[in-house]
Amino acid sequence: MKKETKAAVPAKPKVAFFDLACCEGCQLQVANLGEALLDILGAIDVVEFREVMSEKWDKDYDIAIVEGSITDAHAEERIKKIRARSKILIAYGSCATIGGVNGMKNGFELDEIRRYVYGKDYKFFDSAPTRPVHQVVKVDYFVHGCPIYPPELIEVLKCALRGIPYTVPASPVCAECKLNENVCMYERGISCLGPWTKAGCNSWCVNNGNICYGCRGEVKNPALAAGADVIARYGLKAELVKNKFEMYNKCKEGDADGRR
Amino acid sequence: MAAAKNLEIKVEYVTRVEGHGNIVANVKNGRIEKCEFHVVESPRLFEGMLRGRSIFEAQHITSRICGICSCGHTLSSIQAAEDALGVEPTAQTVKLRKLLLDYEMLDSHLLHVYLLAAPDALGVPSFVPLIGTHNAVVRRALRMKKAVNDVCDILAGRHVHPITAIVGGFTKLPRQADLDAQIRILESMAGDMEETLALAKTLKFPEFERETEYVALVSGDGEYPLLSGDIGSTDGKRFKKKDYRKATNEFVDPRSSAKFTRLSRESFFVGALARFNLNSAKLHPKAKAAAKELGLKAPCHNPYLNTAAQVVEVVHCYHHALELLKEMRREGLDYAQQVTVGANEKGAVPVRAGKGVGAVEVPRGILYHEYETDKAGLIRNANCIIPTNQNINNIEHDFAKLLPEILHMPKDEIRLRLEMLVRAYDPCISCSAHYLDVEFVER
Repeated sequence: MKKETKAAVPAKPKVAFFDLACCEGCQLQVANLGEALLDILGAIDVVEFREVMSEKWDKDYDIAIVEGSITDAHAEERIKKIRARSKILIAYGSCATIGGVNGMKNGFELDEIRRYVYGKDYKFFDSAPTRPVHQVVKVDYFVHGCPIYPPELIEVLKCALRGIPYTVPASPVCAECKLNENVCMYERGISCLGPWTKAGCNSWCVNNGNICYGCRGEVKNPALAAGADVIARYGLKAELVKNKFEMYNKCKEGDADGRR
Repeated sequence: MAAAKNLEIKVEYVTRVEGHGNIVANVKNGRIEKCEFHVVESPRLFEGMLRGRSIFEAQHITSRICGICSCGHTLSSIQAAEDALGVEPTAQTVKLRKLLLDYEMLDSHLLHVYLLAAPDALGVPSFVPLIGTHNAVVRRALRMKKAVNDVCDILAGRHVHPITAIVGGFTKLPRQADLDAQIRILESMAGDMEETLALAKTLKFPEFERETEYVALVSGDGEYPLLSGDIGSTDGKRFKKKDYRKATNEFVDPRSSAKFTRLSRESFFVGALARFNLNSAKLHPKAKAAAKELGLKAPCHNPYLNTAAQVVEVVHCYHHALELLKEMRREGLDYAQQVTVGANEKGAVPVRAGKGVGAVEVPRGILYHEYETDKAGLIRNANCIIPTNQNINNIEHDFAKLLPEILHMPKDEIRLRLEMLVRAYDPCISCSAHYLDVEFVER
């Protein structure tokens, strides 16, 4: 993404929002911006947004903002068409950026889990292993999180509009958690995925008394020795940590070079 | 003229609804060959994925079924998990959950009334043209949505995928200042609430009637039942929540690969209008007054007026939430009741093999979750029945009666009326994409 950032887009860029397999919570995060949304709408021209608009657009998009994972042949075809029509593609939300909870499906034998949910008629409902967007088409910007953290989306939008790169924080959630003065979950005798997960959410869940579930994906360069130390020091089972991690990060197995 | 009419309508991806659905209507020589509503959302297989996960993770995972109803899924999931584990929530926890459900109703109904339904009544394709023509209305809608989002942030960490509500209680309890902040934000909405009602009075809804069976939670006490109650219907049916399968009766229709539901007659209705028809006597006095102003009287058989019933519930939940907050402010909270999710998993809540059901009124109707756990507290089986799934059969029966009545209209108008009918149900299709029932198989 950094090497090939496009030139700045024209004054009133045409922006479209799309959703693949997801809960549509990230587009609600956009709606939840409140009146600030109108400021954004002043800078861009939203040409498609199915959940809130009936208008359709048949030309190219300056920016396509895509939520959700690719879980069937139809979605694969759709995302390829969207990519072909878009100058810049932003994947937002865990389902789009890392596969998210949709990836847990990949831990089961596909026909077995389909039959479990849909019974003997399961073949009526096409289903393929879950993939995040970048495993199917090129992604220019990533906005991680389940759901996205609105201030980060605004930062990424600003970067995309100016044609400059956005760097996802390389530090773990713990870095932000410390600044927020939370008592470490490990010190409370509870395991948490903060040490392995990309920061950028302002340690949202831990601030509210919960643990980190790893929804922003694994840090690019995890401190493996420190991780092993945490596991040993607090008597954790490595397989339990892995199991926790797979709630959001199962699709990582599909990243050939582990790069996101 | 209508007698010999040919018509073909295919609406791919109905807009301004949550999730992906298509409408297909074919009329040949005035005879309706087909008028159906298809769910085309990609399956995500949530019930299958839950197997093997800890019962304490069920809330976190199932909240992700739907962004707009994530608080509703959270509450139904927790209820099912606590039922399976034999956990009884404290009175304080129940109060806070009722508050969270009020916020869910407010948020979802406001989104639907203002951004999804109102553009039809004002004759525009979306709220975007309204920024120019009805700027104050759009600003009000976004302001109200933001206000509800803000109070929900204070209570639950955030509205989309709430953080603090888990099995056993809340991981963070609002301090007195947090209660004050919620009261202040809600009270600042008072003028906008009045304006909302005034706007609702000006919305024109199509005239159409089809009496059906209305299903909602019912209770013996005086409270408008949302978080708990038995399952009841206007045809006099009553079930305990553990018998929810008797109330949903899923069946296969040979015309479609989808499963439908029915109870006493060909189809039934869940959602704001069903709740209004069964429980309007228990609404907050201000909500009763709002219903009167809107001319909404139980029983009402016009599905388009589901949107009006939502406005009435907005008024109800707004005042109910304020009363709950003021009560908690007066009585104070017991902070020793704060819980930790990891502590639950480490034995603070004992696990057992069991089954449990959650039945909660969420914005679009009753949402059922059912889990079966093994003795280690891992989920063996899971089932979720979503309100929209319960309504699909009713939408199609409405179509069958509506289409002949509007067949004389221009094609675009017919298409709009069909779309508006679907939108009136406020369908949440990403939720219903995994709507098929599963039988629990003993292994």
